[in-house]
Amino acid sequence: MKICVTSEGSSLDSNVDPRFGRCQYFIIVDTDTLEFESIGNPNIESMGGAGIQSAQLVASKKIKVVVTGNIGPNAFQTLQAAGIEVFTGASGTVKEAVNKYKKGEFKAVSNPTVGSKSGILGKNK
Amino acid sequence: MIISVASGKGGTGKTTVAVNLALSLNNVQFLDCDVEEPNAHIFLKPQIKKQNKAFIPVPEIDESKCNYCGKCAKVCVYNAIAVLPGQDGKKGSNLIFAHLCHGCGACSALCPQGAIKEVNREIGIVESGNCGKIEFVHGKLNIGEAMSPPVIRQVKEHINSNKTVIIDAPPGTSCPVVASVKGSDFCVLVTEPTPFGLNDLILAVEVLGKLKIPFGVVINRSDLGNNKTEGYCKQENILVLMRIPFKKEIAMAYSKGEPMVKVFPEYKKDFVTLYKRIIEKKR
Ligand code: SF4
Ligand code: SF4
Repeated sequence: MKICVTSEGSSLDSNVDPRFGRCQYFIIVDTDTLEFESIGNPNIESMGGAGIQSAQLVASKKIKVVVTGNIGPNAFQTLQAAGIEVFTGASGTVKEAVNKYKKGEFKAVSNPTVGSKSGILGKNK
Repeated sequence: MIISVASGKGGTGKTTVAVNLALSLNNVQFLDCDVEEPNAHIFLKPQIKKQNKAFIPVPEIDESKCNYCGKCAKVCVYNAIAVLPGQDGKKGSNLIFAHLCHGCGACSALCPQGAIKEVNREIGIVESGNCGKIEFVHGKLNIGEAMSPPVIRQVKEHINSNKTVIIDAPPGTSCPVVASVKGSDFCVLVTEPTPFGLNDLILAVEVLGKLKIPFGVVINRSDLGNNKTEGYCKQENILVLMRIPFKKEIAMAYSKGEPMVKVFPEYKKDFVTLYKRIIEKKR
């Protein structure tokens, strides 16, 4: 199964990026084979609505699960509409996050975990 | 003649100047365009006679016409629309984030299926009335709303060109300020002779230069702070229209919601002089 993990770098050894909308990379990884694709996030500098754009981007990759640190309301709503489950609270490397996900150590969230615009540098930091 | 009163930062005495200028002239219409925090009414105490809701046009998508091509989401620079194409035989869906929408109309104009229509979303209120002989209009943005330009435009639809129109613009130099001062014949910039005041004055001067609106400066609390502001105006050949010294009595009247020309009528002639300087400069 293919899932998306938000990451600070482009490999499985990179650290999980706790932000969703403005994370550095999206890593689309096959949980069985660990084959992966990394996508640089084009929405980091976006003026607003980065979460919405990022959610549409990962939805277009036909994944069913997002693993990240926190999720804002707009991104959450968009992912939900795309039928994508969201797991938050991830940290450590992407590989570790994938393993934890496989072991069922994350809980799927049914609500956003942070407010709007939380991923903007200088806010909540 | 439309005169807007603006300032690069809040708390410089912009409303004081706008209100007292209005009270010192004849045949005036006063528009408070500081719709996020309108406060001129505290001093002018108008009788409100009419209230109109203020709207922003936001898109509504007819799902039966939409083919989820995604053009609307792409064209929206504010990312207010998400389109999720159908996958694995499942129907697609779209979401509109109305709070992010600036009402620009691009999405409905561009939808190839004609699936988008605009619906009005209420974001504030415009009230009009009068205080004595002064015609008064102000707008109020609802709490939690962020898009003030549509409300400002609705306030400005009331402009009566037979009168001397005084516009109290919001502080700062962003979109709402531009929406307020645009179309003015003259802009009065109110500042204080402090480093922050000067910094924000320079930004405001740049904006007015781009909009090609003639302007002059009023230095409030002119006896406090330093002389760098005077120096800057001299160097840039900017007209200083008026200097208001700091007076405890003026501050006291302000804190009670009393305009200074009501408490100290002798200041009226200074505001009339200010107006005459504007007229001269326009000639
Ligand atoms: S542009 Fe029109 S047809 Fe295309 S996704 Fe948007 S609403 Fe649907
Ligand atoms: S009207 Fe403009 S800002 Fe609003 S959703 Fe459409 S394109 Fe975006």
